[in-house]
Amino acid sequence: MAVTLDQTIAQKQHSFLSRMFSSQTFWVVIAVILACIFLSFATDAFATQKNLYNITRNITFVAIIALGMTFVIITGGIDLSVGSVLCLSSMVLAVTMHAGYSIEVGILASIATALSIGAFNGILIAYLGFPPFVVTLGMLSIARSLAMVASNNTVVFQFGPDHDKLLALGGGAWVFGIANPVLYMIILALITGFTLRWTKFGRHIFAIGGNEHAATLTGVPVRQIKVAVYMISALAAGIAGIVQTGWLGAVTTNLGNGMELQVIAATVIGGADLAGGVGTAFGAIVGAALIEVIRNSLGLLGINAFWQGVFIGGAILLAVLFDRIRNFRRND
Amino acid sequence: MAVLELTNISKHFGAIQAVNDVSLSIEPGQVVGLMGDNGAGKSTLVKMIAGNFRPSHGDMRLEGKELILHKPSEARQHGIEIVHQDLALCNNLTAAANVYLGRELRRGVGPFRILDYAAMYKRAGQLFAQLKSETRPRDLVKQMSGGQRQAVAIARTMLSQAKIVLMDEPTAAISVRQVAEVLNLIRHLRDQGIAVVLISHRMPDVFDVADRVIVMRRGRKVADKRIASSSPEEVTGLITGAIEQVV
Repeated sequence: MAVTLDQTIAQKQHSFLSRMFSSQTFWVVIAVILACIFLSFATDAFATQKNLYNITRNITFVAIIALGMTFVIITGGIDLSVGSVLCLSSMVLAVTMHAGYSIEVGILASIATALSIGAFNGILIAYLGFPPFVVTLGMLSIARSLAMVASNNTVVFQFGPDHDKLLALGGGAWVFGIANPVLYMIILALITGFTLRWTKFGRHIFAIGGNEHAATLTGVPVRQIKVAVYMISALAAGIAGIVQTGWLGAVTTNLGNGMELQVIAATVIGGADLAGGVGTAFGAIVGAALIEVIRNSLGLLGINAFWQGVFIGGAILLAVLFDRIRNFRRND
Repeated sequence: MAVLELTNISKHFGAIQAVNDVSLSIEPGQVVGLMGDNGAGKSTLVKMIAGNFRPSHGDMRLEGKELILHKPSEARQHGIEIVHQDLALCNNLTAAANVYLGRELRRGVGPFRILDYAAMYKRAGQLFAQLKSETRPRDLVKQMSGGQRQAVAIARTMLSQAKIVLMDEPTAAISVRQVAEVLNLIRHLRDQGIAVVLISHRMPDVFDVADRVIVMRRGRKVADKRIASSSPEEVTGLITGAIEQVV
């Protein structure tokens, strides 16, 4: 029997399973699970409640920023300023609260700072045509310097009348003994995943990363969306900064130093493509998880901490290698 | 009645006269081949119809009503669609997502509205069926052939009630078999009463599919006649200037 045109059109080429097996994120999840199983048997300390609590909490700061970075990377951009923005937001929060203001005012000031930095980056990139790498490299330097100016390069560890509230916000575990930062991460991941998959805004972000010129021609508000993604990225850094301040109980001016590279590594390991057009919220979390599990396991297995960089770098290359192999096969 | 009527349209950029006193009218369901050498003014003319440029002189009428366009989106609202030479497709999105790019369907209430995947897949599938193209709405454009990519770009023009579709060199960079596919797509548009303006360098395509041919040279319209009463030799002569003008 001949196959009609309608049948051909209605056909789904890829089943759910085949799509899952061809996704980089899936294989990274497998790697994380295998590593966890191996570590549970190889060491006594891994599968303890205390260690798992630590791991999940440590994942969050990189993961929250990676969620914001995912938006930027999908549009084909990059944000190198997130580590410094985290530091500046923390410092604004700390200094405001230290001066006697309430936690609400502190958070508001901190978020406002992050958003204005994001807007500044975005406007330079979208309206003046600066390369994202250069703009955010400049901001990496500017934001950290401003944090030093704001605090006169001192450590702030007294947060005024709402001191305890702030520490509870970042260090507490209000639901089922899960660390608060982990809860924030899950909520933000759900929001990110929803936005990317189900909103017009999310669709347009992918379109810009796929073919910016086409997006412009079909009436997508490319410039406004670009400004928005850099604001989201900075906002994520700001939120991570607030949570981390509450958790650490002190802010120094080298907070978040070099964090941008960990964040970018997490998104890339999780399957985002630096060329744009590809990325998921789940991938960002999984990427951050793999990095943290590697870090944690080296300590538990008694391997010298200096080897950390080798393993994390290796994970980045391995994750992208999988992707390359798939592409080679497709091109054959 | 003519769907589009241009009267004494001119466009100059500073001292350069790109389009000079061109008048033409296009009937519904007609395929018009617009030919001419590089710099003859075809692109400028089409860009005025598409809302990219405003004419310096003359006026345009759409179904008898005066047409003034400030930007491309206004042309689209009036039912004038354009298929760009590079097709303006995003490789990382599905065929349906590309068809609906910039005018996604959503469901829900007020500000809580989410993308309506099911409706977009369904409608895109119907459009491909209308175009008799074996294109699956769920497939990524990345994996598609040149003909399928054309079908996606053309399906985009059929979302709203298009009156005129402007096609910029749709057969310039694809294989022979795919050219036949694209010419078929053009015929399907025509059969639905849509007027098609086909800008092309390729003589065989224009003579294959068009009802009329308009030739431009150095900003002027030098010929406007039925395909049946013309010949490739005559059109070549008109394009190069060997034949001055035919009426």
